[in-house]
Amino acid sequence: MKRWYDYLWIFSAAYMISGFFNILFAWVGLICFITPLLLSIMGKGKIYCNSYCGRGQLFELLGSRLKLSSNRNIPAFIRSKWFRYGFLAFFMIMFSIMIFSTYLVFNGTKNLEEAITLLWTIKLPWNWAYTGKVSPWIAQFAFGFYSVMLTSTILGMITMFFFKPRSWCVYCPMGTMTQAISILKYGRKMR
Amino acid sequence: MKKAIVNTAECVACGVCAKTCPRQAITIFHGIYAHVNEDLCIGCKKCEKECPASVIQVVEKEVAS
Ligand code: SF4
Ligand code: SF4
Ligand code: SF4
Repeated sequence: MKRWYDYLWIFSAAYMISGFFNILFAWVGLICFITPLLLSIMGKGKIYCNSYCGRGQLFELLGSRLKLSSNRNIPAFIRSKWFRYGFLAFFMIMFSIMIFSTYLVFNGTKNLEEAITLLWTIKLPWNWAYTGKVSPWIAQFAFGFYSVMLTSTILGMITMFFFKPRSWCVYCPMGTMTQAISILKYGRKMR
Repeated sequence: MKKAIVNTAECVACGVCAKTCPRQAITIFHGIYAHVNEDLCIGCKKCEKECPASVIQVVEKEVAS
């Protein structure tokens, strides 16, 4: 039986598309950062990943239903602790740099850069999606945050294609963080 | 009897197995790892096929000792 939250993939897809039209929609994505963290801090474990994550559902849909996934086993190193926590650390550093450039735009040291950075390196002009009606730092954060979302979608698509549909969930920084919070909260109680 | 077992140390608790299990035999233990209720598991291997981390496997198990 389908429940309302089984359709959250529509929200995820709409979110990714909206960034092509108006970058300010990127702000909405904060929901996908704050909700899972709050839920696991509240002791709900990984309920966000288990039920409510539209992105996970989207990979499932593309990989399983549309058969875009080759369903191979993921290389063991990707599920290893050092890789997952290492990727989380890298992600956090890049995220902090993004926040810092937002701050530099806020205090006027830097000019707004109307571009998306893919895979932390490739800069793509994205000026069509911004009409310039808000403070520059609000737009800067939107460009930065959407870059993060688009980059992770692309990485997820690549691993969805080569491995199992939801292989992104093995090294997704949000998933690693919520599991880490759960471990801190409940300890690693082995059976 | 064939039963699913989880490599709990490497399970990422994504819940894909729990969603796919036709017998609702799997629960995610406090967001840390997947736990199989062996009384419900029928060894169908659905979870094994879907687990993105490949850490759940169906093996031959002795019946309750
Ligand atoms: S691991 Fe990431 S993508 Fe997967 S369900 Fe959790 S938050 Fe969503
Ligand atoms: S699908 Fe695999 S990694 Fe995900 S919770 Fe189940 S056993 Fe763990
Ligand atoms: S083998 Fe089948 S019945 Fe057993 S836990 Fe996996 S999906 Fe459920």
